[in-house]
Amino acid sequence: MKRFGKFWWDFIVGDDWRVAVGILLAFGLTALLATTSVPAWWVLPLAVAAVLWLSLRRVAR
Amino acid sequence: MGLTRGWRSTLVGAGAATLALAAIVAALGPALTVIPIEVLRLVVGGLLLVFGLQWLRKAILRASGWRAVRDEDAVFARERAEAANAPRVERAGLDWYAFTISFKGVLLEGLEVAFIVLTFGSTQGSIPLAAVGAGAAVVLVVLAGIVVREPLSRVPENTLAFAVGVMLTTFGIFWGAEGAGVDWPGGDASLPGVLGFVVLISLGFVTALRRRRKLAIA
Repeated sequence: MKRFGKFWWDFIVGDDWRVAVGILLAFGLTALLATTSVPAWWVLPLAVAAVLWLSLRRVAR
Repeated sequence: MGLTRGWRSTLVGAGAATLALAAIVAALGPALTVIPIEVLRLVVGGLLLVFGLQWLRKAILRASGWRAVRDEDAVFARERAEAANAPRVERAGLDWYAFTISFKGVLLEGLEVAFIVLTFGSTQGSIPLAAVGAGAAVVLVVLAGIVVREPLSRVPENTLAFAVGVMLTTFGIFWGAEGAGVDWPGGDASLPGVLGFVVLISLGFVTALRRRRKLAIA
């Protein structure tokens, strides 16, 4: 069971769990903004850039 | 696996994994078509995004020198030695090591491909068209292999990984945002813009990390 869980964790989340968490938060913010009159299309691209850069910087220290 | 442990158990393992994959696809394909399109795009977009970012992250780290580029010749030699040294256990008349390794390899890699094909097909409303595209890719790769006749080490693996990462991330952003309720400016016409953005930031990150690498070494 533990190995089964680890397989799905590695398959979906991968090396850096912070990336998956960041993307989840960005989806939440996008969905929230989409219910208002403020355009929400820019949130996800910017979040991807930020999350990716932060993840890369953790390795490249 | 076939070269080191023999072809029979290896091919039985690969065949069993192909059957398991076919069963998963047959069950999952029709199920996907009954899910509301917004929910499907949100889930598919999210998964494509996390897969894409995993690919892109590794490709950027390799391209900028922070992670070693995969040496296919060394990987092949190491895995061949591991396979040759593994103890031989017979189960159901099969070399169990060869069976399980080839079963696992084909199932896991196939699952990722099947997931991408099914989700691309279902979000765009045509699973058969996506399956034809995947089939054409298989034929193309086999033909290229026959024509070029070069070992795997000659394939620009990191460039391919970079391209796959960029494409998955782009479609992940696009569909994920649509699933979350976003109306893209210009509709589908904004997709090349998202692609351009992902390419630009990725190349920018490679350049920035290369500079960091030089400074770290100096």
